Amino acid sequence: MTLIKTLSMGVAALSMAFTATAASAFEPSKPIDFVIMAGKGGGADKMARLMQSIVEKEGLASKPLVPTNKSGGSGAEALSYMNGVNDPDHTIMVTLNSFFTTPLRQPGLKVDIMEFAPVGRMAEDTFLLWVHKDEGIADFDAFLAEAKKRGNKWVMGGTGKNSEDNIITDFLNNNYDLEIKYIPYKGGGAVAKDLAGKQIQSSVNNPSEALGFFESGDVIPLVAFTDDRLPMFPEVPTLKELGGDFSYFMQRSVVGAPGMSAEAAAYYTQLFRGVYKSADWQKYKSDKSLMGEFMSQLDLADYWDTQRTRHTTILKASGAIK
Amino acid sequence: MEIVEALSQGIWIALQPHNLGLAVIGVVVGLFVGALPGLGSVNGVAILLPFTFVINSATADPASPMIFLAAIYYGAMYGGAISSITLGIPGASTAVATTFDGRPMALKGEADRALVTAAVASFIGGTVATLFFTGFAPFLSSVALDFGNPEIFALMLLAFATFIGLGGDDIPKTLFSICFGLLLATVGFDQISGEPRLVFMNEREQLAVLETFGVANADESVPFFNSVGWFSRGIQFLVLAIGVYGIGEMIWTINASRYKITMTETEISFARIMRGIIGMKDAWKGTTIGSLLGFFVGILPAAGATPGSLMSYGVTKMISRDPKSYGQGNPDGVAAPEAANNSASTGAMLPMMTLGIPGSPTTAVLLAGMVIWGLEPGPRLFEDRPEFVWPLIGSFYISNIIAVLVNLAFIPLFLWVLRMPFTILAPVIFVLSIIGTYAAYDNMYDVWLMVLFGIGAYLLRILDYPLAPAVLAVVLGATAEEKLRQALLLSDGNFEVFYNPFFDRDGKGQEWWIAPVTTWIALILIALPIILWGVRKLRGAPRPTTE
Repeated sequence: MTLIKTLSMGVAALSMAFTATAASAFEPSKPIDFVIMAGKGGGADKMARLMQSIVEKEGLASKPLVPTNKSGGSGAEALSYMNGVNDPDHTIMVTLNSFFTTPLRQPGLKVDIMEFAPVGRMAEDTFLLWVHKDEGIADFDAFLAEAKKRGNKWVMGGTGKNSEDNIITDFLNNNYDLEIKYIPYKGGGAVAKDLAGKQIQSSVNNPSEALGFFESGDVIPLVAFTDDRLPMFPEVPTLKELGGDFSYFMQRSVVGAPGMSAEAAAYYTQLFRGVYKSADWQKYKSDKSLMGEFMSQLDLADYWDTQRTRHTTILKASGAIK
Repeated sequence: MEIVEALSQGIWIALQPHNLGLAVIGVVVGLFVGALPGLGSVNGVAILLPFTFVINSATADPASPMIFLAAIYYGAMYGGAISSITLGIPGASTAVATTFDGRPMALKGEADRALVTAAVASFIGGTVATLFFTGFAPFLSSVALDFGNPEIFALMLLAFATFIGLGGDDIPKTLFSICFGLLLATVGFDQISGEPRLVFMNEREQLAVLETFGVANADESVPFFNSVGWFSRGIQFLVLAIGVYGIGEMIWTINASRYKITMTETEISFARIMRGIIGMKDAWKGTTIGSLLGFFVGILPAAGATPGSLMSYGVTKMISRDPKSYGQGNPDGVAAPEAANNSASTGAMLPMMTLGIPGSPTTAVLLAGMVIWGLEPGPRLFEDRPEFVWPLIGSFYISNIIAVLVNLAFIPLFLWVLRMPFTILAPVIFVLSIIGTYAAYDNMYDVWLMVLFGIGAYLLRILDYPLAPAVLAVVLGATAEEKLRQALLLSDGNFEVFYNPFFDRDGKGQEWWIAPVTTWIALILIALPIILWGVRKLRGAPRPTTE
């Protein structure tokens, strides 16, 4: 990267802080590249496509958002794409927690997440532990007993390697003396399908991913990795109630490509605040047990910093990084 | 008969003027989107998604927006064949296999017959799939659930097996072609570990190399070199397909004909169309295989219409008594992929609606649409929202009839393209190849790569290497690799998971038959031609000539 590029990026970051609340003078001049950091059919994908639909329906943007899935390597493909994009002002991305973990695991990508423009956090997604009803497991204790009995024949499916799902699986293995085998998939949709088909024994899907098979009675939730019980699953205890000191959330944020101008970042923040406030988004949020308020600009950058520190600790503990 | 009643009600609603009108518009739009190289059903559906919000509020009918989008999807499946046949450039990835025999037919002056065959086969494939969809949706979605990672890998192996026979007699060259395709499929980020593979250099290193060649400030002065780490984007399938069939074939044709190519003047009349329809009886095998296999591949999430059409072509050729006529303009070779891509696109609706998992890029967009119209795809959709499901299924029947009629009506227009002098047509094809590639990926890097593949394909063609197996390998390679590795993670690296039904996968001592049966069939199909080839070599018998 040339010196000029670095300098201009610094200036952009500085000016962003000042103009964040000012009225945006930026208007997109061509369709907006809307990158999804995960595969088709997963929670991130469904949500991104819903956001796109809301933007169209409410006429929030003068140019369309064009979603593309870049699911390779737990977000590595998407991050590296964003890092070198030619037109950062027209490139935004829906992120998950792999936004934190993948750059930590792969320093070779040369991705610094603080260079991305903090457009807006749309929600925090929640995690539950799911098993197929035919396993005959009624609660978390029965799960622990059965998983222990079957050793490494008990398979957990999840999205990506060293991702959110993998982190939770590692936590269960390390704290409950289990040997659950983790198999990475491209997206949560494929995981949900393989759990319903009894190809795997458990998952830690988000509610939005498992809901269909929960309603049809194929899969049941055993425990929630949240601080409080979810309104949608009042019967399901949290891990904290059961004595485990662990909760885990996933950010659902929209970010701008590194090098995005402050005006453009302000424009997209305004755009996604509009999406967040729409009736469709609010309904989706409560239907799918999403939590968390809208967060943007400096607040979001702070949040990223905290999360990066936390994930460094988690990944070090599990041995994924040194 | 509960289903018949629900269906007839559904068809009645689909026949209402507003729904019928939307289906006609959708089919026509889809036909043209599909016929333009680089634009496929996914682009058409994505671009017109916003329009459905207008439809949704204008008609109180919950099925109307979906009827419109599904009609585009169908129309595009019909349309893809048109540029494959008339220009030799696949209109969409789903129509790549159609070029194998459609283009030779057009060169022989049978373009009208090829187009009619494609249209009628598409109709039959679509209708057969819709019948399955109507009758067995819940059962079929449970079949899709039985396909885990080992099963899908075994199926991919079967697909490769059918393609051993695709390259003709020269098995080593076919194997080389498959391996070359698999190699291309591994370029880019590893799906599981996230490590970059075969990218050669990262962006910074590439710039350093350029600077040693005297290109100062390469990232600013040469826009092409500024694209993200050249190979880290991977090799996109359409880049290879357009390169091979658009550029490579065109150079080959120019060279082979020594600039004196003469298109047989293709007349078109009602009588010729009728003759084409009657001629379908010569293509019944391809149509049947395409309809059935395409549907089956379509309902498996992770596959979709492109592998379905390629596999159907391979199987049809394999069981044919005259496999050498394939690639020379055999109507079965047009019917099989066209029946299959329509059948698969209906099939792909099934996991999308009943499991909430899109089987193809287009159904991913449809899924998003359903969510915003307030429908929740999933196992309960059929029970919860019959007022949506049945009119939609009804519209599948209607759209298919509209599509085949519209398609047949437009054939004279498509043939007009062929009457252009070759000196005009050839440059148009080159230009369309470049625009098509750029339109699909919005990146000049892919365009240069496409040209490179075209030149490479021409050279391989001179050396008599079959290229279809390489194209198939690029389509299936990524999925096959992902499933192979997931299955091996499951079995702790033990290959028995693929061929031994008694291999204990989940600690409960269950038996798994689907993967082993599929694997054994595939292995036999791979081994047979190789053994026969070896025996022939050993005996020193003269190889049958390909001409």
